[in-house]
Amino acid sequence: MKKANEQGHLVTDFDLYAPKLVEKEEYFSSGHRACQGCGEALAVRLMTKALGRDAVIACATGCMEIISSNYPFTAWKNPWIHVAFPNAASVGAGVEAGLKTLRRKGRIADRRIKVVSMGGDGGTADIGIQALSGAMERGHDMLYVCFDNEAYMNTGIQRSSQTPFGSSTTTAPAGKVSSGNKRWKKNMPEIMAAHGIPYVATASHSYPLDFMAKVKKAVGIEGPCYIHCYSACTTGWRIPSDSAIKVGRLALETGVFPLYEIENGAYRMTVEPPKKRRPVNDYLKLQGRFRHLTPDQIDIIQERVDEEFEKLLKKIKHS
Amino acid sequence: MSKRIGMEVSIAAAEAVALCRIDVAAVYPITPSTHIAEHLSSIVSDGKLDAEFITVESEHSAMSGIMGASAAGARAFTATGSQGVMYMHEMLPVASAMRLPVVMAIGNRAVSGPLNILNDHGDIMMERDTGWISLFAQNGQEVIDMIIQAFRIAEHKDVMLPVNVNIDGFILTHMVEAMDMPDQDEIDRFLPPFVPYATLHPDRPVSMGTFAGNDIYTEISKSKDAALINAKKTILQIWKEWEKLFGRKYEPIESYRADDAEILLLTMGSMGETAEMAIDALRAKGMSVGLLKFKLWRPFPFDELKKAVKGAKILTVIDRAISYGGPGGPLGIEVRSALYDESSRPAIFNYIIGLGGRDVTPEDFMTILKSSASQAKKKAMKERYVIYGVRES
Amino acid sequence: MVNRKWPETWQEVNPGCMVFEPGSASEYHTGTWRSQKPVWNNEKCIKCGICYIFCPEGCIHEGADGYFSADMDYCKGCGICAHECWPAAISMVEEG
Ligand SMILES: Cc1ncc(C[n+]2csc(CCOP(=O)(O)OP(=O)(O)O)c2C)c(N)n1
Ligand code: SF4
Ligand code: SF4
Ligand code: SF4
Ligand SMILES: [Mg+2]
Repeated sequence: MKKANEQGHLVTDFDLYAPKLVEKEEYFSSGHRACQGCGEALAVRLMTKALGRDAVIACATGCMEIISSNYPFTAWKNPWIHVAFPNAASVGAGVEAGLKTLRRKGRIADRRIKVVSMGGDGGTADIGIQALSGAMERGHDMLYVCFDNEAYMNTGIQRSSQTPFGSSTTTAPAGKVSSGNKRWKKNMPEIMAAHGIPYVATASHSYPLDFMAKVKKAVGIEGPCYIHCYSACTTGWRIPSDSAIKVGRLALETGVFPLYEIENGAYRMTVEPPKKRRPVNDYLKLQGRFRHLTPDQIDIIQERVDEEFEKLLKKIKHS
Repeated sequence: MSKRIGMEVSIAAAEAVALCRIDVAAVYPITPSTHIAEHLSSIVSDGKLDAEFITVESEHSAMSGIMGASAAGARAFTATGSQGVMYMHEMLPVASAMRLPVVMAIGNRAVSGPLNILNDHGDIMMERDTGWISLFAQNGQEVIDMIIQAFRIAEHKDVMLPVNVNIDGFILTHMVEAMDMPDQDEIDRFLPPFVPYATLHPDRPVSMGTFAGNDIYTEISKSKDAALINAKKTILQIWKEWEKLFGRKYEPIESYRADDAEILLLTMGSMGETAEMAIDALRAKGMSVGLLKFKLWRPFPFDELKKAVKGAKILTVIDRAISYGGPGGPLGIEVRSALYDESSRPAIFNYIIGLGGRDVTPEDFMTILKSSASQAKKKAMKERYVIYGVRES
Repeated sequence: MVNRKWPETWQEVNPGCMVFEPGSASEYHTGTWRSQKPVWNNEKCIKCGICYIFCPEGCIHEGADGYFSADMDYCKGCGICAHECWPAAISMVEEG
């Protein structure tokens, strides 16, 4: 049974009281300096809750690093390391190799500690893709989580390969002759799946239980895993500070950002969008970054979203 | 007991790394350092060393990987050179700032362009200011010794800094030499297990590599500078201990027939042995010449340099790298600067030699020394620095 | 190598800028950023915990009575909790 609230949200009864069952401990402490209503910070908070204590985090440069680690303070309660922008995956791989040898040699307790590397979309899909590809291909026992806010936010909303078509950014601005970013999002989950790793998933802070379940599943798997987490950025997307959850929900309901997993090659939708998906404009019109789009351009986006969604459904059907 | 061996220096270097019982190596192939990595991987593959050998997809990841491993508490190593060192460049000042005691062997090679795989010191000189301890070996024995010393120095609680050991590409890396290889017991006594200052472990969570604003960045930089300067004390101690154990003496600047010499030649790396022959030949002709060899490039041995050049009239500094459009070769520039405030100092000449693998012979040094002497006599230094042997039209 | 919270001099800087107090960011109070604050009306609250799970600051806590409240030292006033609480038990009111 589904109920609608005043804002028109849909919350299933099953999920309704589930937050009460979630780990109470916070591993990403209050006092971090993310913007008001930052979806990426929420996503990080949820990830750490799902990871629990026995995880080491290697973080790329970006918003989440800057807002969490202003020396001599840290928001992290897990062991945490930041080295640079392009190499969260290789730092994580090194940590994993180090812990593995030390455990084998009996120099640390014989206990599995999950190594998690994380980066923004730029740190993952652009400058960090070489290190990421290497780490995944080599089969390190690690999880990589990409927090995708669809641009280089830390440096001021520049375009990345994850910036959606038509979005206005500071290096692909909408202008008299341009309607913003000209390319479609590079399909990172597919690129990761092509590495033949055991687990790839998309996730969103707007579906916290789904996201956390995926993190837990990945932690349980021995080998490289990749989660691509939708992370709304109030500042860069020009949305009100209370809207991160809502846009994430609309991203799912319109089919713009479906939530699925690829486990050993098998595709599965983990949160079903409504039978009749909402028009993409419901998603776009909320956000300042898309405000300049014309109805024609919105139609192009609708077409592409439908096409991609059908492709995904086919993969699910055939796996 | 050490064993007398004859083998390629790169192979010996890998054997020395294995004696140090490293936990993790992450290496990306580049000539002329590849034999070190290949042999190390075969030692691991044969089960003679219990370590993770990560075949990374780039040098950037090699350095990042060993930094991660070191932060986790593992003893970690890499080897590279030239484009590889430069590909790591972004990571090098981070490794020293994070005080991660990793060790890197560099098979020194000219940097592109044009591409050239042969020896000079252009690669390490580009990384001069990254906050690493930097040692230069002049022969295979020193390669073995310095690699082992490097771990001890790096991990010392008063140091905690990364160390690079510079090994001239081909001239040393590919040379077959007779060397003494220490045995495992000796090295186990000299190099105790790595006790890290902090590790990435949930039992004691720590945040490493935090961000620093303008209110504290200056203090952090000063503390790193002080750490590097202070490291010299420990390096000297460890070298004393080495001498006691193995009978081989190490000094920041080694001298050869230099005590009473009026004219001093200053070299780095493998050129030292070639230069000795030039000194012997000129001494035989009655010229008052001597040789200084730089072994410790960072931290810069100011006191030792001042002491070593005392009384000399001419100091001819040989560089195997060039600072384009600058005041000379890196060593020449620094030596001039270090001696500038001395009330009496030798006339300083700076020659750049052996770029991109061009041969350096004893005759070259003899020519250079004679030329410095005659210029000094005429009190006419032709140029701030000379690119020796360059063909001109 | 003492670990002080506020290093002043270069000698007080931890080697490698390591921070040994996990979660010490909580010493920085982001509550001052707020222009609006969430106010709970527990009569409408069904104790679902949605507000708790969606707060980016992690500053909403469950009390012994099962109702939720925010730690005003950290609440940035984003309004997510109020927006997501579907029985509308939370309202955002101007500060001051
Ligand atoms: C080698 C290098 N190039 C550029 C930068 C500047 N830089 C720092 S963070 C950042 C953008 C981060 O974007 P993303 O990874 O998407 O993370 P976000 O801030 O959006 O969370 C850039 C370009 C850098 N630190 N290092
Ligand atoms: S710029 Fe965006 S991603 Fe970065 S902290 Fe602000 S809201 Fe979060
Ligand atoms: S979301 Fe609303 S109803 Fe649910 S616990 Fe919070 S205040 Fe109560
Ligand atoms: S307004 Fe925002 S920061 Fe404050 S309690 Fe609600 S969700 Fe948290
Ligand atoms: Mg981003």
